[in-house]
Amino acid sequence: MNVLDFAHSFFADSARWHGYDGIPTRLLEHVGYSLEALAIAALIALPVGLIAGHLRRGGNALSMVATAGRALPSFGLLVLLFIWFGFGTLPVMVPLVVLAVPPILVTTYEAIQTVDPSPVDAARGMGMTEPRILFQVELPVALPVILGGLRTAAVQIVSTATIAAYVSFGGLGRYIIDGLYQKDYEKVVGGATLVAGLALVTLLVFWALSKLTVSPGVRRSG
Amino acid sequence: MNGFFDLPSDLQHSYLGLIGLHLREALLPVLAGLLLSLPVAQLCARFRWLYPPVLGVTTVLYAIPSLAFFVILIDYTGQSEMTVMIPLAVYSLVVLVPAIVDGVRSVPPETLAAAEAMGLGAVRRYLQVQLPIAVPAIIAGLRVATVSSISLVSVGMLIGNQGALGNMLNDANLYHRPELAVNSVVTTALLAILVDAALVLTRNLLTPWMPKKGAAR
Repeated sequence: MNVLDFAHSFFADSARWHGYDGIPTRLLEHVGYSLEALAIAALIALPVGLIAGHLRRGGNALSMVATAGRALPSFGLLVLLFIWFGFGTLPVMVPLVVLAVPPILVTTYEAIQTVDPSPVDAARGMGMTEPRILFQVELPVALPVILGGLRTAAVQIVSTATIAAYVSFGGLGRYIIDGLYQKDYEKVVGGATLVAGLALVTLLVFWALSKLTVSPGVRRSG
Repeated sequence: MNGFFDLPSDLQHSYLGLIGLHLREALLPVLAGLLLSLPVAQLCARFRWLYPPVLGVTTVLYAIPSLAFFVILIDYTGQSEMTVMIPLAVYSLVVLVPAIVDGVRSVPPETLAAAEAMGLGAVRRYLQVQLPIAVPAIIAGLRVATVSSISLVSVGMLIGNQGALGNMLNDANLYHRPELAVNSVVTTALLAILVDAALVLTRNLLTPWMPKKGAAR
């Protein structure tokens, strides 16, 4: 038996497709937590990154925050918060958000800050207000890089939401953690395949998103 | 009473022993990743068409969640340190390859022409001109790769206690000793910050020609 055989027998078992521990339920749970965490992280990091990038200041402070966020071990934080606060959404959401904020924050700031100053000056000379300069000149140019930061954050969230199963949470990590405890390697491999698949779908979603939203002129010059 | 640094005997390590183990499990993969990405990045810088597919492959490999990667490797390398270190090495590529390519590409063509005019061969030009100029970009990549590697080692706890400092988390749960989890999180974060600072210092030592900025970050 190799990994492929295990994966095949996992997905071939029709019992895996129903009920509270079925693949659709676990998949929806996983996508749910991931989207929620990504939304919270983006709500925190995008505005800060955009404004700091537009003002072209605060870079050192932001990279310090980002280093601190990266240095906090997500898994350790998860277990620690679980021990302190017990079962709930908080112990899962906090590590996921802490994990996702640094890449969004740093890439957004860098992307806006490194926009070619001449079109920005031209826009200012034409009498555009600062918010319009940010959203109509800087943002479209910086969008590919910003989406790249969001993509990294999303992939890391999907990956780390798997580990949340250790603190009795749902999601696709359940199969891996339960499988390891039950010495059911078929289940472990099935869960791993699903998570990896979901992460790849996340990449595809962001690839499609950048095709749809990035202006053709920016794409050509980038 | 148990002291803060007294670890349960099932961890089979002292506090300092766990730190050493953690550093080894986190740093060796990044070193391996660096040794692998130097030639790969050099190829990407020379043959431009190679860069997008290489970037694609590393991005896809990076997307494989650590726990999934670990458990699939169990079939080949068992519940061992190797199983933790292989994915970490692979993850480091997604940061290191672009960092080195950008660094090598940032060398001005005049500089390369000057090196050539001075009679430097391809190898010496690479080692003595391109690589030193690329050092700040490479170290920037190494910082991100090392810090996330240090954080990820803890997940190895889930596959047969291979997570070094992360193993304390399981014991914190088992023996209802929350201070073990606090210790694990704080120590891991401190290690990451110290290694990050060491890399900044290394960069400053390796690039004495760079203007001294007020903030070293």
